Amino acid sequence: MDIYLLEAVINGILLGGVLALLALGLNLIFGVIDVVWIAYAELVMFGMYAVYWLTNVYGWPVLLACAAAILFVALLGVLVHLLIIEPILGSAPINQLLATGGLLFFLQSLATLLFGTDFRNLGIRLPIIEIGDIFISFSRLLAFIVALLGASALYLFLSRTFLGTAIRAVAQDREIMGLMGVDQRRIYLITSAIGGGLAGLAACLLMLQYDVHPFIGLTFGPITFMICVLGGLGNMIGGFVAAFIISQIIAISGYYVSIEASYVLAFVVFIALILVRPQGILGK
Amino acid sequence: MLSLTDISAGYGSFQALFGVSLEVKLGEAVGVIGPNGAGKTTLMRVISGLLPAKGGAFSFEGRALTTLPAHRIVAAGIAHVPENRRLFARLTVEENLRMGAFLPSARRHFAERLAWIYELFPRLKERRRQLAGTMSGGEQQMCAIGRALMSKPQILLMDEPSAGLAPLVVDQVFDLVRRIRAEGFTVLIVEQNVQQVLEVVDRAYLLESGHIKLSGGAAELARNDDIRRAYIGI
Amino acid sequence: MTARLLALLAALLVLALLPLLLPDYFLHMAVQILLWGFVYTAWSLMGRYGLVSLGHGAFLGIGGYGPALLWNLYDVTPWLGIPVSVALAALLALVVGYPATRMRVVGHYYALVTLALSQVVALTIIALRDITGGSLGMTPRAAGFSWYALQFPAKGQFYLLALIVWLVGLGAWIWVDRGMGSKALEAINEDEGAAAAIGINIMREKLRITLVSAALTALGGGIFVQYLMYVNPETVAGVGVSLQIVFAAIAGGMYSLLGPTVGALFTLVLTEGLRIYFGTSFIGAANTIYGVLLVLFIIFMPRGILGLIERLMTRPRRAAQRLAGIVEQDLHRDALHDLHEIARRILRR
Repeated sequence: MDIYLLEAVINGILLGGVLALLALGLNLIFGVIDVVWIAYAELVMFGMYAVYWLTNVYGWPVLLACAAAILFVALLGVLVHLLIIEPILGSAPINQLLATGGLLFFLQSLATLLFGTDFRNLGIRLPIIEIGDIFISFSRLLAFIVALLGASALYLFLSRTFLGTAIRAVAQDREIMGLMGVDQRRIYLITSAIGGGLAGLAACLLMLQYDVHPFIGLTFGPITFMICVLGGLGNMIGGFVAAFIISQIIAISGYYVSIEASYVLAFVVFIALILVRPQGILGK
Repeated sequence: MLSLTDISAGYGSFQALFGVSLEVKLGEAVGVIGPNGAGKTTLMRVISGLLPAKGGAFSFEGRALTTLPAHRIVAAGIAHVPENRRLFARLTVEENLRMGAFLPSARRHFAERLAWIYELFPRLKERRRQLAGTMSGGEQQMCAIGRALMSKPQILLMDEPSAGLAPLVVDQVFDLVRRIRAEGFTVLIVEQNVQQVLEVVDRAYLLESGHIKLSGGAAELARNDDIRRAYIGI
Repeated sequence: MTARLLALLAALLVLALLPLLLPDYFLHMAVQILLWGFVYTAWSLMGRYGLVSLGHGAFLGIGGYGPALLWNLYDVTPWLGIPVSVALAALLALVVGYPATRMRVVGHYYALVTLALSQVVALTIIALRDITGGSLGMTPRAAGFSWYALQFPAKGQFYLLALIVWLVGLGAWIWVDRGMGSKALEAINEDEGAAAAIGINIMREKLRITLVSAALTALGGGIFVQYLMYVNPETVAGVGVSLQIVFAAIAGGMYSLLGPTVGALFTLVLTEGLRIYFGTSFIGAANTIYGVLLVLFIIFMPRGILGLIERLMTRPRRAAQRLAGIVEQDLHRDALHDLHEIARRILRR
């Protein structure tokens, strides 16, 4: 096999890791609360800024800054639910979509206001690993591993703990959760916090590899939606698998054509697949 | 003791219960019988907190529960086995049972409670890792009851446990109710299967169109001509 | 009846004569209000029936770039270029809309698919940077004052063109609203299964309105680019502008005739006002406030400004009905009333 194609495939898998993490967070929130946070990527963006600010302006060590950023975005998640989702929980689903869309716009503008439009970078240069003729960026590999660890932690939480089981149950039968002694509102808030936390983790991993600017959400946000829909909205496993499928499409077509064309192709493939199987590849 | 006074409730502009009063003493088994649409399920939902009462009040052991949300009523010791089982279909049997033990007080004793339920319902133990939605109707009913029992409630509300089940399975379900009673649980059971439920409870109320029409001992009601004509088909 | 007609004609006359009265700056605003109002109205043709597309940027982008590219590369007059692009947009709507309707893509899935659609168009425009100029955008080759090139350096002619286009949009809205299709679409929105059961051709109704909406949006895009003499992917395609369209239509009130135009007026005045207030000192402050307002609108005023006005104006009537025991009228129906209902009330006074 062409060695550079192999490199592209591997990079695709590594890219898929973080995308999968993003998809997990979005799917969790949708599966439980039945809302799509259109502004999810913008929450990640703020997490990235948090990491940048804590390390570059306040001089915190990177790990500590990442931990703080995760908590920060988790808190943002709770705020989003309290301020924006809760007031409109009863109204038409499209209203909830649009409200978080408004939040997208707000967060982008707020970031522009607070941080300006410059690209900011962590300034950390992690080594490039060389295996044979393949070059793999260590930061990308690290991000992949941490993303998988995060996904595993989420899996264990959802399957082994009482709270995790309750979160899975809410998605299946909302109404009788009260009969189990579950305060639905608390579950929603906890889920929002976890969704935010996952976004925060993704932010740390992205900050290792890329620059942040107020509109960076547009580069991975729509892709994340696409992945979630492709895997079946709310289907965590589906989203996980779809993330790697999409990342492979991007990596391989990026290799053969160009990066920009690869994104177009990914979206075209998505539209085509959804029209053939609207509930998503693994949807019900 | 559970005591309902003058409860009215409904859905939107439709009223389903009109001034219903009843009581259940600890240790008793009480039945609520009546035709379809009488308001029996509405009654259960008001007690368990799924539906707010529009008028009246109810209390348990002296504590007013009328305005409490469902998750607090469970904590007060009232567990509800909903109509149609309402299991979490994509969770396993054991996970469903785990949900039943979500309350902190139940969580502490989860292991022993689980063992106890498996002893009570060996079939559930066999199928512990099976997805709840793939079980037969009777097994699902067992699981639903087991789930409710996980919180060691003081009163168990059962909403039409025999609904949609084959006659043989119905017999098993009512045997189950007898066993639960033997374990010392207080039961309020709502049923359309009048004949069988009157054999299992001490007292019963007749609910028709949202009003309590009759009440009395089970044996006495079973002898009542009107009831026999309307509901036992004699 | 005649009083109303005269009032409408008088209003039209005033609107038509505005170029003589207004200075350039306000005329510029007026053109934008009319054109964006037209685009928002086109979107609301779908939005009001529950087909909330988050991807109209796709059609706007095709309509905007198409004529400009044809002009710059092949000297094709926009008089041809615009219809061609409109047809292209309609074709895209058909290609995506047909399977979507067939496969019952609805709700969240529909919204996200349309979002993906606008991304595809935006990304394609950027990817073809050699001919489109990528993110930097492009300008149609200048030709001075030219009917052939549809370019008028002074604003007056464009204003009249925008006015005509806007009126066409209103006409289309009224035409859709009065037709049987409107009732069918409402039924479909209410309960698609039941609608199919009584014989409504879901495919035909949904596709038809989608094509009309897409075509009109593309037309708006085309005229816009000719006016601004500049286009870039951010302003006509992609997620941002798609969301902007939705918000403005909703803010103004997407169930009424003039609602989307009110939305255009509101958002443009607000943006300008905030920009003037904040100047260049706080870049992004204006948009931040805009964003907050948008969220607040969704939460508190989902029927938009016009919807709110409708409710306020019918309050005495509805209160009287409640008193008389008549079940409260379906507010959806109330908000469907268009301009002449308001005008009639005003004229009666």
